[in-house]
Amino acid sequence: MTLSDRDATGLLTRPESFVQLVDETGTRRHDAEFDPWVADVDAAALGRLYRDMVIVRRLDAEGVALQRQGELGLWPPLAGQEAAQIGSVRALRDDDFAFTSYRELAVAWARGVPAEGLVTTWRGTASSGWDPAAHRVAVPQIIIGAQALHATGYAMGVRWDHSDAAAIAYFGDGATSEGDVNEAFVFASSFEAPVVFFCQNNQWAISEPVGLQSKQELARRADGFAMPGIRVDGNDVLAVLAVTRMALERARRGDGPSLIEAVTYRMGPHTTADDPSRYRDEAELAAWRERDPIARLLALLEGLGVDVAGLERETAEAADAAAAELRAACLGLADPPALSVFEHVYAEPNSHVARQREHYARYLALFADEASDENGAGR
Amino acid sequence: MTTLTLGKALNRGLRNALAADPRVVLLGEDIGTLGGVFRITDGLQAEFGRERVVDSPLSEAGLIGTAVGLAYRGFRPVVEIQFDGFIYPGFDQIVAQAAKLHYRSRGTVKVPITIRVPFGGGIGAAEHHSESPEAYFAHTAGLRVVVCSNPADAHVMIQQAIASDDPVLFFEPKRRYHAKGEVDEAASLADAKPMGIATVVAPGDDVTLVTYGALVQTAKDAAVAAAEDGVSIEVIDLRSLAPVDYPTLEASVRRTGRLVVAHEAGQQGGVGAEIAASLTERCFDYLEHAPVRVTGHDIPYPPAKLEQHHLPDLDRILDGVDRVLGRANSLSGVEA
Repeated sequence: MTLSDRDATGLLTRPESFVQLVDETGTRRHDAEFDPWVADVDAAALGRLYRDMVIVRRLDAEGVALQRQGELGLWPPLAGQEAAQIGSVRALRDDDFAFTSYRELAVAWARGVPAEGLVTTWRGTASSGWDPAAHRVAVPQIIIGAQALHATGYAMGVRWDHSDAAAIAYFGDGATSEGDVNEAFVFASSFEAPVVFFCQNNQWAISEPVGLQSKQELARRADGFAMPGIRVDGNDVLAVLAVTRMALERARRGDGPSLIEAVTYRMGPHTTADDPSRYRDEAELAAWRERDPIARLLALLEGLGVDVAGLERETAEAADAAAAELRAACLGLADPPALSVFEHVYAEPNSHVARQREHYARYLALFADEASDENGAGR
Repeated sequence: MTTLTLGKALNRGLRNALAADPRVVLLGEDIGTLGGVFRITDGLQAEFGRERVVDSPLSEAGLIGTAVGLAYRGFRPVVEIQFDGFIYPGFDQIVAQAAKLHYRSRGTVKVPITIRVPFGGGIGAAEHHSESPEAYFAHTAGLRVVVCSNPADAHVMIQQAIASDDPVLFFEPKRRYHAKGEVDEAASLADAKPMGIATVVAPGDDVTLVTYGALVQTAKDAAVAAAEDGVSIEVIDLRSLAPVDYPTLEASVRRTGRLVVAHEAGQQGGVGAEIAASLTERCFDYLEHAPVRVTGHDIPYPPAKLEQHHLPDLDRILDGVDRVLGRANSLSGVEA
């Protein structure tokens, strides 16, 4: 059965209905269609997914702390969305390419971006922290939804290169209102591009609830673009892994794009500059805490007879070490030299920028001269 | 008179506009319950309701395109673009639609849309949050482009922009949102200075220094510093970038013979280029020196740790003043 068949039933797009393989209590829910996609995921593999989620949650908390301490200008927390990000990124092949927004810390981390690269943008020392080609992750995107078109174009190129790699575009519920995302759906569908549109519906676009963006489940948007839309419990890492694998496989075999709506929740503020107490209830947060992606996986592991106490201890140590590494990398990021402001504006030499650089260097030299005069006078 | 921040002065001005005309509606992302990310619309939805102060889906093209439709229907939409760098998805609707509709309809359709844009840098923000895109719009026939620099002007000019029958790009210097000043909230709009007229904010005799937005304060500080050095700078707050109030500028330049234009936006194709060229044409025989521009570099807005090397500050403005006076400066001995 293809995603498209499944979608045609409407079964997965009812509000209460989504693909779920592990429920809130950590109980494994069997699903004849999706179980085969994660048949290889044994207790050890589940333990690795648990470890991934704990580490990214810890890294995220460290990012928030670094911002609060004035070491980062801003931080967009991922708390609550660990399963959606880890489940999907772990479905990717090494030669697949991810196009993210600014909140996909877990995606960048899982693709091997070093600690320094995870904080560069937010410390304000450079606009991006890694080489996209090295990690198959594009530079983070702040303009809402723009990356959906980039993922689509990349996927069109993959197809024209006769490769069976795929692209994945990460965006949020708010982005589904932008023209770019809808235009990406059109292009991807028209060209049968091997791209997976991975929408993390975290319920809030800063202060705007998802109901303002759509009067029906976001996954159903896919119908109008003739692609399958699938709704998944975004706090169930196993289900996210299953549906993303399925959508990627569909892309690889040449059947075109899919839209995944991962239903999750932004537990923190939009960014550290935001104050969600102005627009949402504590009760809503409490309800989502009950659906925590990490707690339920731990419960599942316990039910499988895994030594969870040992796993928790080891994982906490690994997470603390990762956080310490992130902090050290952050504090180690030096301010860039003044004249680097002129670097990389163009790929080729540019006479105009070169001239401005030269003029600004002369200007800065005035102060160097003044400083040395003052030093001289002080002796 | 009341002491208000620039942000609060805008809030009160918007409130007056909503109260004065039932066809005024505010549209934007997060402007309702949250009151906008800068709180400029704080409390307005509670006071005027969800049909007057409207949280929109996330789409700048959608916001501006529907504002054009609302204008067809006789509304006066006021659109908030959350940050300067987010305006581009709405560019077509501004430049190809809102700007041209009055012309294309041979004057039968008015487009009284105000597009509010927090703009400029200096707040240590992430990418796309510190830009100065005003020249794109000043270049576009059919648009009016204005910039407030202080609370009193902000309060009056936002109401004038909303009352205007033309589409107005209304730029707000976000790093000055918290700057305080005296505002006469009871003043009649009818008696207020039109938003198209520039203001001489500090009189002077030796150099005319023209700027707008956040740099007006920097320019005033530069004038004070220069005075200690025996140089008298006349600072002019442009207020309107399209059209430019050339009579005020010409009167000053004819007296001083020297012009410096400063802005945060890049130099190439910028507002400063237009003003320098126009004043050279109009005042050539009065100029003692070629006009000097002090601007951001022609680079994408840099990451936060480098923005102090991009934004013109007091020292860079004074260096420009030295250039126009022919005194020792950073480019002494360099072919201009």
